[in-house]
Amino acid sequence: MALVRITSPHAQGQNRTASVMQSVLLATVPGVVVMTHFFGFGTLANILWGGLLALLFEACALKLRKRPLGFYLRDYSALVTSTLLCIALPPYAPWWLIVVGVGIAILLAKHLYGGLGYNPFNPAMVGYVVLLISFPVQMTAWAPPRGAGEVPGLLDAVQALFTPAAYDGVTMATPLDVLKQNNSLLIEDLWAANPQFGRWAGKGWEWVNMAFLAGGAWLLYKRIFTWHAPVAMLASLALMSALFYDGGSSASGGSPLFHLLSGATMFGAFFIVTDPVTSAVSLRGRLIYGALIGVLVYLIRVWGNYPDAIAFAVLIMNFAAPFIDHYTQPRTYGHSKPRDNSQGGES
Amino acid sequence: MLADYSILLIGAILVNNFVLVQFLGLCPFMGVSNKLETAMGMSMATTFVLTLASAASYLTFNFLLKPLGLEYLRTLSFILVIAVVVQFTEMVVRKSSPLLHRVLGVYLPLITTNCAVLGVALLNINKAHNFTQSLFYGFGAAVGFSLVLVLFAAMRERLAVADVPEPFKGPAIGMITAGLMSLAFMGFAGLV
Repeated sequence: MALVRITSPHAQGQNRTASVMQSVLLATVPGVVVMTHFFGFGTLANILWGGLLALLFEACALKLRKRPLGFYLRDYSALVTSTLLCIALPPYAPWWLIVVGVGIAILLAKHLYGGLGYNPFNPAMVGYVVLLISFPVQMTAWAPPRGAGEVPGLLDAVQALFTPAAYDGVTMATPLDVLKQNNSLLIEDLWAANPQFGRWAGKGWEWVNMAFLAGGAWLLYKRIFTWHAPVAMLASLALMSALFYDGGSSASGGSPLFHLLSGATMFGAFFIVTDPVTSAVSLRGRLIYGALIGVLVYLIRVWGNYPDAIAFAVLIMNFAAPFIDHYTQPRTYGHSKPRDNSQGGES
Repeated sequence: MLADYSILLIGAILVNNFVLVQFLGLCPFMGVSNKLETAMGMSMATTFVLTLASAASYLTFNFLLKPLGLEYLRTLSFILVIAVVVQFTEMVVRKSSPLLHRVLGVYLPLITTNCAVLGVALLNINKAHNFTQSLFYGFGAAVGFSLVLVLFAAMRERLAVADVPEPFKGPAIGMITAGLMSLAFMGFAGLV
């Protein structure tokens, strides 16, 4: 490439990998703070321990693959992966759960495929799904939110992480769980009978989702990603839940607001679905990709076995993303129809 | 009635996907997924043959083997039936539509050895499906197979240019990808 000498004064782009990753990390802060307020220091302990492990695994993988250590460790991508995974894990998870999860995410889902930029599946979600299927008991043990039960302190968080056997924590079914198990109560009565429901969705959960929405909106403002995939996902999820709401009978799947503010909806929409590597690339493709994730999330949440479905839905659509891209290639400037790359050569 | 058939279809396509959940038909899944074009041809041919073969095997079992008391010969006779259906399809397609034959031609004989085809025929008997149910189950299985085959082919075209570590290049990373997909499809459990 002979592009060395450039005469005109050019503005330098600021969005290098490291600064993008830093912005993503920064945008998780409000969500994590609210989670810490409602669930205690468990999430924070997870994130710190997970981050340490992620750097360690990343360094090992780079060493084995004979890649420059400093260059790749400084791009924060491993930290983003581990942080996103640790936010998704239940607080007060045992240390080995995080070791397995981060190990799978960094080594299997990222480095076996060639590292940053090549992974077809979102590493954090691969780690999450592997853990959910292998250790369902630990993965569904959520602490009660503030207001519905006692919130453990800082020491409890450290104890839960490193001596899980000695830690005697209280767990409570999440609102999505309660709604799934319900088959006799009207939604209103279910709300009144269970302390973990709040005004619109779960107690605490609604504010956690709002905080992640705020973080996501900031990323959108900073133009880290385009609006297409997250908006399409939230819209299709709201549409599905509106279609099947039926006014709140015992067979109802929950109101649109409940689904938008429950579980990992906002976190998924702005931090998982928007991953530039594993989502569809074209704008039209991103709309399709996001909308199908929303539909799948609702299907699995309401009719499947698992209470939340962001991870499954995202992995399934990661699988479909290259196919979507193949059929949504934008028109090349100056050509009347999309260029068919499969034929090879110019046409 | 309609709900029954849609449950049967969704079950065969997603929840009990033949490739990713029941692990049948893995050889064409790995073998013909290098290019999207060929995967498309293979899926069309398989859909056609699978639907036809599940009907033919149902008829063979209920009107030939059962009256003669030869149920224990079903595996053997289904293999024969599938081979005949494949051969018949190839002949008809070659005569009636040379264009379609050029597209599907190469893949038709391969389908004889696709264990998903035999699997569907045998499962239809095990689950005591009636004729229309067998037809729908066969069609659903074929759509599920085609879906994952085509998606997997598009993904493998991308994996081919990825910076995969040397020991994992080619089929190895394909297998790992298929495993991860299989994990993701476990999310559909309980849907029907």
